[in-house]
Amino acid sequence: MQNKAAFQSWVKREGSAYGFLSMYALAFLTFIIVPVIAAFLLSFTFFDTIQFPTFIGLRNYISLLTADDVFMKYVLPNTIQFAVIVGPGGYALSFFLAWVLAQLPKIPRTVFALILYSPSMTSGVAMAVVWKTLFSGDQTGYLNSFLLGLRVIQEPIQWLQSPQYLMSIMIVVTLWSSMGIGFLAMLAGILEINPELYEAAALDGVENRWQEIFYITIPSMKPQMLFGAVMSIVGTFQAGAIGVTLSGVNPTPQYAGQLIVNHIEDYGFLRYEMGYAAAISVVLLVMVLFFTRLSNRLFAGEE
Amino acid sequence: MTRNWFRRFTGIRNRGINPQGFHVSQIKFWLFLLPLAAFMILPIVFIFSNAFKPPDELYAYPPRFFVINPTLKNFVDLFSKLSKSGVPVSRYLFNSVVISLVTVAVSIFVSSMAAYALSKKRFKLKQTLFAVNTLALMFVPIAVTIPRFLVIEKLNLLDTFWVHILPVLAMPVGLFLLKQFMDGIPNEVLEAAQIDGASDLHIYWRIVLPMIRPALATIAILAFQAAWNNAESSTLYVTNESLKAFSFYISTLTSTTAGANAVAGQGVAAVAALIMFVPNLLIFIFLQSQVMSTMSHSGLK
Repeated sequence: MQNKAAFQSWVKREGSAYGFLSMYALAFLTFIIVPVIAAFLLSFTFFDTIQFPTFIGLRNYISLLTADDVFMKYVLPNTIQFAVIVGPGGYALSFFLAWVLAQLPKIPRTVFALILYSPSMTSGVAMAVVWKTLFSGDQTGYLNSFLLGLRVIQEPIQWLQSPQYLMSIMIVVTLWSSMGIGFLAMLAGILEINPELYEAAALDGVENRWQEIFYITIPSMKPQMLFGAVMSIVGTFQAGAIGVTLSGVNPTPQYAGQLIVNHIEDYGFLRYEMGYAAAISVVLLVMVLFFTRLSNRLFAGEE
Repeated sequence: MTRNWFRRFTGIRNRGINPQGFHVSQIKFWLFLLPLAAFMILPIVFIFSNAFKPPDELYAYPPRFFVINPTLKNFVDLFSKLSKSGVPVSRYLFNSVVISLVTVAVSIFVSSMAAYALSKKRFKLKQTLFAVNTLALMFVPIAVTIPRFLVIEKLNLLDTFWVHILPVLAMPVGLFLLKQFMDGIPNEVLEAAQIDGASDLHIYWRIVLPMIRPALATIAILAFQAAWNNAESSTLYVTNESLKAFSFYISTLTSTTAGANAVAGQGVAAVAALIMFVPNLLIFIFLQSQVMSTMSHSGLK
């Protein structure tokens, strides 16, 4: 009886809050929490999608670290190279461009922001059409024809099929489309800063624009900087499918553009080793978490 | 006269962040941005240009970047095509439109209701739940494709219309932005309404929603992009051709296996890419000022 009364008073106090939350919570639980937990659990099993998963302890992780030549030789170095250039590189570029845009009056600023942002609205599959035509391997490809015309190259180059170019093209294409929502957040953050701060700083002896950026701009917009950082980390790892999209095959030619996301797909959907694929997923999620913590340290250090 | 003009473009008023007008000190930024912007927009110009090229220009050697005699032939070709399994292209497009509209409408509701609870209601788990959502900003959906597939299979959602919509509904970034924006509404406004006897639903619907319109516009854009560009759910969760999305159809045009590329032709593929891009662009142009005012609340503390 008492329980019932307590429950009723709880419903009265907090019930409507949970009511408002319920639909989101349901979707969140079903499609984010449960899959993450399932990936974690599956990573300790052998699972070929036909038989019920069998528990094998840490064996997936051990073979990932010791026996998976492709992972150690190609996937991990590729992922790190890609992530380091596209992540911090794209992030710094976003901030710098946002800062430059903030120096312009409203109308040109809006036009430029739209141009820089629009690549991030394109979808990977749709752009594959464009990249394949621009980087086409024979002499009718636009880049080949352009370079042949300038006599920079003598023979057409198989851009998307040759291991030595694929990674660079992946990086350029991803950077091209990386001025997304984080970029807009940083632009808004810079514009929000109280102009009096700059005047005060000028009186205090801040002399040039670089000092202004490091002593005023960045410290005053740390929350936006952090939001931008999270968005660029997630975007970087999410963009992992680009190599397969560009080259059209998984695995990519000589594993040149193989990133961790493709490795998951390779084991999960091509070889049906779901347990092993789940272990790689967990490694990926931990990597994202690690990098986000790191940027947290950088931007929220004092608190 | 000249003096005034001179002062206008060199005076202190137009220097620095967010100037009112042109100033000589801006020239260096223009010199940097113009070539960069031109370079960044090239691939997009290319889609437009290619989509209107007649066949002889598409396969011309040496290839030309810009179209000379624009034609609508590629558009006609695309819509008179059937996919390999006999589904007309317009069907894919129709699916995509419906999926995107439903996703936008439902996710605006779901996220804004949750944001209202997290921003304006008092309950014990409030901080914890918001922290969980903030942690989920880092969530990379592509990493859990396989367990997600298993969940969807268990829920009997494979090969249904809803499988395109439900997985993208919980959008941590969306909830985050809405909640931050809603924090800016003074509590007094809501308390006043409460004293007048307004119910929670009434407050949410009549007071909160109209006040967070810019944030809703932003969520609408994000949800639309997520749904419209989503080819994955068609590839992974749907086998019934007539339930697949337009974004999926494009990937069949470009996949190098089975020589699909040679058959489809560049022109048709460019039209398809154009159709994928233009709605995103128009919606963003239309709502961009709302987006910017939402973004100034986007800080992660």
